[in-house]
Amino acid sequence: MKKELAAKIAIFALFAVICLLILIPFYAVTIASFKPGEDLIRYGLNLRFDVSAMSLDNFAYLFTGDHAYFKWFFNSLLLTVVQVALTLIVSATVAYGFAAYDFKGKNMLFVCVLLIMMVPFEILLLPLYRLIYDMGLMNSYSAIVLPGVASAATIFFFRQYLSGVPKEIIAAGRVDGATEYGIYARLILPVMKPSFAAMAILNGMNSWNNFLWPFMVLSDDNKYTLPIGLKTLLTPYGNNYDLLIVGSFFSIIPIFILFVAFQKYFIDGMTAGAVKG
Amino acid sequence: MVKRFLYSQKVAPYVFVLPFVLVFLVFWIYPLASSVGMSFQKVTLGQEAQWIGFDNYAKLMGDKTFFKAVTNSAVYMVLTLVILIPFPMLFAVLINSRLMWGREFFKSSFFFPALTSVVVAGTIFRLMFGEMEGSLINSILGWFGLDPVKFLKGQATGYIALVALATWRWTGVNILYFLSGLKSIPDDYYEAASIDGASSWQKFTRITMPLLKPTTIYVVTISIYAGLAMFIESMMLWNGNNSPKNIGLTIVGYLYRQGIEKNNLGYAAAVGVVLLAITMIINLAQLAFSGMFKKEE
Repeated sequence: MKKELAAKIAIFALFAVICLLILIPFYAVTIASFKPGEDLIRYGLNLRFDVSAMSLDNFAYLFTGDHAYFKWFFNSLLLTVVQVALTLIVSATVAYGFAAYDFKGKNMLFVCVLLIMMVPFEILLLPLYRLIYDMGLMNSYSAIVLPGVASAATIFFFRQYLSGVPKEIIAAGRVDGATEYGIYARLILPVMKPSFAAMAILNGMNSWNNFLWPFMVLSDDNKYTLPIGLKTLLTPYGNNYDLLIVGSFFSIIPIFILFVAFQKYFIDGMTAGAVKG
Repeated sequence: MVKRFLYSQKVAPYVFVLPFVLVFLVFWIYPLASSVGMSFQKVTLGQEAQWIGFDNYAKLMGDKTFFKAVTNSAVYMVLTLVILIPFPMLFAVLINSRLMWGREFFKSSFFFPALTSVVVAGTIFRLMFGEMEGSLINSILGWFGLDPVKFLKGQATGYIALVALATWRWTGVNILYFLSGLKSIPDDYYEAASIDGASSWQKFTRITMPLLKPTTIYVVTISIYAGLAMFIESMMLWNGNNSPKNIGLTIVGYLYRQGIEKNNLGYAAAVGVVLLAITMIINLAQLAFSGMFKKEE
């Protein structure tokens, strides 16, 4: 038993060290958000905890200063909510079509869903950019929402979930004279509720953190999302570092709170794609 | 009449999957086809496109910067695979073992970095790997009496910064994948092995690893994809798409540079097609090698 205790201590020590390494960047950015931006330029991002150099000035500036941070913040919030709501409802509908029916071309279509998951989206950047330009959707949120509205990973997850829902519900609905769409809206959607949480979190996190594509299609700084706005603060002159660091710190907070409150759904959502053994 | 048609059991499934079909055709097939088409053309925005056959591809084969980008992406992919498969697998096994204290705590704290956006994480790592003596990494090197390093100006140290960022963000996520794979292995297997007198190492190599194979294949597949398509991490570390001697240039970075920055859309499309081909070949080879296709027969 002595050997077992030694093993327990060794494993715990190993994990404690790794945990410390993982938390260092968070610690550094938290500390830095209380120090003047010029410190960052002069000494670099560091671990020094020096109360005399720390103040709430950056936070005061964040909440009262003349800058677009909260404009970006609410743009991101709006875009995330709209994108998640539309993506979930569209993807769930498609998944129901795949799960509940046998129809001609079903297998081929489902292969297309899997194919999307395997093709790097980045390859499509330029032609998609041209297409959005031709459609007159440049600088609009539609350009960001539409291409992802039938999300392959989300469809895949919902279809898996629906395969565990008894088919008798559908049959009973038909006997009662409900239409095909009525069965979906009134009988199936309520049953799917638990699976929505995990997918809302997965899609919400992706949307909140999405950078490259919005960066390409949004040119009006009134429409910038938080990641784009923060990126514009990263200038070679470092003149915006006060806001950059405190803004970066503050942008993590909402997701942290959500994570602590809904941990189980985060984990279900993130591991949704992994194949079962 | 129309109503009865739309409401019939034969037509309803097509109505349900219609949004996917539309998105797939408009935002995937059309751009993909036009990308392939563009790669055989000389395209500049605002000018008539010109067919030039395989000229773009011929030019690519002699383009040193392109090969630099391919090398960087390939090295990054290999390094992330070497680190982000075995270690998370081992950690997941340890977390799952009965010798673990603080299981839930460690699981969540390892996952925290995945919550940050690439922009925020990249900014933090850019500053941490700053070249000043007082910057985080250099000050740690200083404790051991080492001289400060200009991380983002050298090739090897540049890779270290990129891989450190990837390791930081993805270790926790991969641990979760392996943990969900471990859940599907029945405890009886281990009990039976114990009765037969198997050591922990034997249990790991004979039971855990083979039964984790589907999970491992999945994680390898998404890691290959993510490694080869990496771009924003590099863009954040070097604050733009230009790094000294292109040490941080990736394939997608080169596609972006040619297509958006130099308005050379045809050439950029050829880069994209080559990237697609490389990704597909590596992933299919990996799947064939691991016997994925055999199993389905």
